[in-house]
Amino acid sequence: MSPTPIVWQSETVPVAGIDLHWVRGGAGAPVLVLHHDIGRPEPAAFEDALARHASVLAPSHPGYDKSSRPDWMRSVRDVAVVYQWLLAERDLARDLTVVGLGFGGWIAAEMATMAPRAFKRLVLVGAMGLKPERGEIADQALLSYIDYVRRGFADQAAYDRLFGAETATPRLEQWDLNREMTFRIAWKPYMYSLTLPHLLGGVAVPALVVWGRDDRIVPLECGERYAKALPRARLQVVEGAGHFVDMEKPDELAQLVTRFVTEA
Amino acid sequence: MHLMYFTEQPMSAYDAQAGLDFGATALMFSNKHFDPVAGTRLYNEYLDHYRLAEEVGFDGIMLNEHHNAPFCMQAKCNVFASILAATTKRVKLVLLGNPLPLADNPVRLAEELAMIDMVSGGRLVSGFVRGGGQEQLAAGVNPAYNRERFEEAHALIVKAWTQTGPFRWEGNHYQHRVVNPWAVPLQTPHPRVWIPGVLSKETIVWAAKQRYPYIALSTEIEATKKIWELYDKVAQETGYAGGPEYRGYLQRCHVAETEEKAMANAKQFMWMQGEFTGLAHPVWSSPSGYFSPSYRTAFVEYAVGRRSNPRGAKFEDQIRNQQIVAGTPKTVIPKLRRLLEETRPSIMGFWASDGFVSSEDSKTCIRLLGQEVLPALRDIGKELGLWSPFEANAPTGINFPEPARLKGTAR
Repeated sequence: MSPTPIVWQSETVPVAGIDLHWVRGGAGAPVLVLHHDIGRPEPAAFEDALARHASVLAPSHPGYDKSSRPDWMRSVRDVAVVYQWLLAERDLARDLTVVGLGFGGWIAAEMATMAPRAFKRLVLVGAMGLKPERGEIADQALLSYIDYVRRGFADQAAYDRLFGAETATPRLEQWDLNREMTFRIAWKPYMYSLTLPHLLGGVAVPALVVWGRDDRIVPLECGERYAKALPRARLQVVEGAGHFVDMEKPDELAQLVTRFVTEA
Repeated sequence: MHLMYFTEQPMSAYDAQAGLDFGATALMFSNKHFDPVAGTRLYNEYLDHYRLAEEVGFDGIMLNEHHNAPFCMQAKCNVFASILAATTKRVKLVLLGNPLPLADNPVRLAEELAMIDMVSGGRLVSGFVRGGGQEQLAAGVNPAYNRERFEEAHALIVKAWTQTGPFRWEGNHYQHRVVNPWAVPLQTPHPRVWIPGVLSKETIVWAAKQRYPYIALSTEIEATKKIWELYDKVAQETGYAGGPEYRGYLQRCHVAETEEKAMANAKQFMWMQGEFTGLAHPVWSSPSGYFSPSYRTAFVEYAVGRRSNPRGAKFEDQIRNQQIVAGTPKTVIPKLRRLLEETRPSIMGFWASDGFVSSEDSKTCIRLLGQEVLPALRDIGKELGLWSPFEANAPTGINFPEPARLKGTAR
């Protein structure tokens, strides 16, 4: 018997002049999930799995998917400030775990550095934000929408199941809009901050750094650097997953997060 | 009429097979295929061609620039404009143009252009462009702010030309503590600005609002007419009447002693359009945020190979619709008359050769154009009332109703 589906409540909230869209669902300890640069997949298998044990809040970043585009926004740090604003205004930060996926991981790391005790736990999954020393972060400006996302999967069949082997044009248009927003705030330096590594040492909360073994978008060395720079972090490598761990191994990732929330 | 000579400055001296194997000859096609010995020869041949164009009677030399691609080896139009400023005597130097968004310091462009204007004795026409999609990547410039940077850099340059410094500039994309260049244009209020384009409606609207001539780059006649419809409509809303003095057209046109030779050489226009080596890479030529939002679906489908290049067309079709004109002077003149009658431009650029056309054939083409085609077109222009911005004493721009003149000469 398949479990009853999670009921997701959709809502648009005003913040910093933005109509910010989010969904809420599930019950348990509160978890904020910050999506990838390609946007929030629907349905989101990872969020569904997580919502069985947690109260999940999943916003669309400003300028992504259903959230309006703030023309003034210039940096990933701006996004982090907007989320801190929302958490403070609505008193959502207490006992909160912030889970950042890829690009969302960079936002989560920025949030943690600017308010070291504002929330309770930090989970970074294949997070952008740090400059690799040996490899490179894959440059989506040189890759087609499809090739970029495929690169983030260890198992191409998983991509096909989620997006279709011939991904439909409306989805590509949404990926293009999201890519444009990514360029607006993370063009140069591309997908990292030169100052973030110097600020991670102040993060007071426990952190779990998760990486897909076969991440071909953000090299694993970035995960090692995060785990080293964050004072209370450990690194967990997921076998058989690429950059989009949440899409390839949704249950495994949800389990890791749930366990971390209970333990830490 | 204002009749100009143009070449893309093709760098055809590379291994075409290497381009075919790579699948694209832009941005990431390695410059190990660039041979500086051939480059030295070609640059100097192109300089010879420009000087010949002046000699045989062209009114202007049109220059442009591109980056990381063999279809155009001119990486900085201000460099060739500087050389020609000193080595030509009469022709206008028409830059179409400097890619403004690629500049991190537009004040420096204002200085360079002022220097070119002075050295040439006030012969500069300073066009501005957005730069191609892949050039945003080649320059590391954010494609999502391309148009904002274009407009702001333009405003800053015009201010640097027309208002005395020092002043301070605090914009969204450019901030300058002190703007006070010690080089200002000889022409006042400022050198004329012409805006070339091919696809984006936004650029046509912007040019019309600025009261700058728009130069349609090799569009087909029906598309060109639509451009003028839009331009004239915006002109009217802005408070002036459009007309020939605001209309330019770049015509691919190869002329030779025989029809056969002209047609064979004209096929080389397809070289640049990628028929031989596959020029554009769909992803690199249309980065997100660069193209007009109204074309999003088309470009997204193009980027994943579901649609052909929105800019592409076959050689035979382009001959038929006159995007390419080729023949002897006798046969091309009636075709050009048709273009002038139907679209009424006063500014005409002649893109005369491309690809592997030999230097000798290029020179023959320039001579035949100068000696036989241009005089005929001048007559047709008079007959049709196609007065260029210079002949019509057209305003310099929307904020400067007076025509550009040399400083120190009478109004």
